[in-house]
Amino acid sequence: MVADRLRDIKSHYDVIIIGSGLAGLTSANCLAKCGRSVLQLEQHYNFGGMATWFRRKGGHIFDISLHGFPIGMIKSCRKYWTKEISESIVQLKGIRFDNPQFQLKTTFDRQDFTRILVEEFGVAEETVEAFFDAARGMDFYDDQSMTTRELFEKFFPGRSDVVRMLMEPIAYANGSTLDDPAISYGIVFSNFMSKGVYIFRGGTDKLIYMMRQELKANGVDVRKQVLVDRIVVEEGKVRGVMANGQFISCGAVLSNANLKTTIDKLVGHDQLTPEFVEQAKAVRLNNSSCQVFIGIREGETLENIGDLLFTSVDPEFDSVRLCAKDVTSRTFSMYYPDTRPGSDRYAVVSSTNANWDDWAHLSEEDYQKEKKHLIETTITALEKYIPDVRKKIDHVEAATPRTFYHYTHQAMGATFGTKFEGLQVSMDLPKQVHGLFHAGSVGIIMSGWLGAINYGVIVANEVDSLCNEDSKSKGRLAS
Amino acid sequence: MGDQRIKNIILEIISVVAPDAEITDVKADVRLRDQLDLDSMDFLDIVMELRKRYKIEIPKEEYPELATLDSCAAYLGPKLAAVPA
Ligand SMILES: Cc1cc2nc3c(=O)[nH]c(=O)nc-3n(C[C@H](O)[C@H](O)[C@H](O)COP(=O)(O)OP(=O)(O)OC[C@H]3O[C@@H](n4cnc5c(N)ncnc54)[C@H](O)[C@@H]3O)c2cc1C
Repeated sequence: MVADRLRDIKSHYDVIIIGSGLAGLTSANCLAKCGRSVLQLEQHYNFGGMATWFRRKGGHIFDISLHGFPIGMIKSCRKYWTKEISESIVQLKGIRFDNPQFQLKTTFDRQDFTRILVEEFGVAEETVEAFFDAARGMDFYDDQSMTTRELFEKFFPGRSDVVRMLMEPIAYANGSTLDDPAISYGIVFSNFMSKGVYIFRGGTDKLIYMMRQELKANGVDVRKQVLVDRIVVEEGKVRGVMANGQFISCGAVLSNANLKTTIDKLVGHDQLTPEFVEQAKAVRLNNSSCQVFIGIREGETLENIGDLLFTSVDPEFDSVRLCAKDVTSRTFSMYYPDTRPGSDRYAVVSSTNANWDDWAHLSEEDYQKEKKHLIETTITALEKYIPDVRKKIDHVEAATPRTFYHYTHQAMGATFGTKFEGLQVSMDLPKQVHGLFHAGSVGIIMSGWLGAINYGVIVANEVDSLCNEDSKSKGRLAS
Repeated sequence: MGDQRIKNIILEIISVVAPDAEITDVKADVRLRDQLDLDSMDFLDIVMELRKRYKIEIPKEEYPELATLDSCAAYLGPKLAAVPA
């Protein structure tokens, strides 16, 4: 028998939030702190969306998206979550690059990048400074016509090595390419560059646990394994949602599901203007990912070879090659015991960008074969850095675009939401249906852990404002 | 509500949303952003806090009105006048 996941549900909430990714969790917390009654519905058995983890026999625990985020997470976690959460954020200092053009180690901040560009790449210091200032000065309202490729060409003409160092990590961080707007690169790069790369000490499991405790303390009604089928709209207004075959009434819905899924499936085109539907159709999704999770046998150790390794055997940086199925570029995230204080375990996660279409249509047999191939080639690539790693491996498995689709319902397994144009569509949704909002990875700049958290706050502010207006007009009607 | 009271409220809210900001000698006619380490998320927090405390709405287009303490006082004065003391 299936447990009733909606037991003791209230008949009405101020806000229903669909999904518990970092954007959904953060908006739930903000709205609850503003005094709103909030119901959060998550289809999976874990909260966190792509900020997630899994365990395997032999004491293994793997993080999916804990590879690195910008320093801004400290401030955002302190403001929108708790001091304890922000205090668990620590810097990763060993960032390595290894490719046919250069090998180097960096702390990944402006100062160290300047040193490398000037001393090792021979770029004039003024040029480096001018580039960083230009990137830093970019904001959302700037001209969108310049591409990232043109930005690099302006400052570092013909320097494919410089482009690689500045671009490769960002391409992994949000799936952006040289053809995306320069401002999306500038904003994300400046965030990362200001003071290095950070992670959450204790692991994703601990972070999500702490967030859930906080949501509970603030009175959010949180339910898992509840799939929302439909957002119910009448006369241009949100009435509630249908979930697990049941109608739940609310004043506003905030969807943390994928933007396209929200528009195409949860709302439906008949509630939207044809122009908006066209605009939404034109939104491109970002690429997906493949990962290989490598668990080291209990008792074995790995020497410290750095925290995050950007490796490639491609002659130059190439956005298309980066997603290719026969992988030539990988990042290795190293999880030493201090990732989870108190543990003595080691794990390695290899991540690569990937295309949905390369994986979606394989037969079951071919799919298994391709996964096996991915695992084999990944271990071989890792042996370059840890020669005896093969005999220390206790558990290994692969995730593909199909895996991401399965667990997060992100359209086409997109791991970084939508391209730039998605942000406008996400922000315009409330103008289409009164009480309907979207928050989640969109537009490159609002994706990643920090982007999702901050966008969750931005949209929570809009929702709260609507609740305020609605209660005022109700008050007027009553008096 | 007097101008000075409004300025004090804003400073008090800043000390809540940006605990690291040094608010002891903020100049009333200089942009807050230029004196304090405030980013656009901090301004959003100020807007949310004003709504929470006084139920006042500040439309997105009018966020620039919060640039300095003086402009805050001028802009918020009429809005806060409706709020019971
Ligand atoms: C492999 C990988 C590596 C990454 N690495 C990093 C990194 O190192 N640093 C970084 O900052 N970011 C990284 N990211 C990106 C980051 O994890 C995401 O941008 C962020 O977590 C997205 O949060 P979100 O709130 O937008 O949505 P999601 O995490 O996608 O959450 C959406 C939630 O909604 C739920 N949902 C969807 N539809 C429904 C429905 N109908 N009913 C109920 N629930 C529903 C889903 O189950 C999911 O839980 C990585 C992502 C991946 C996949």
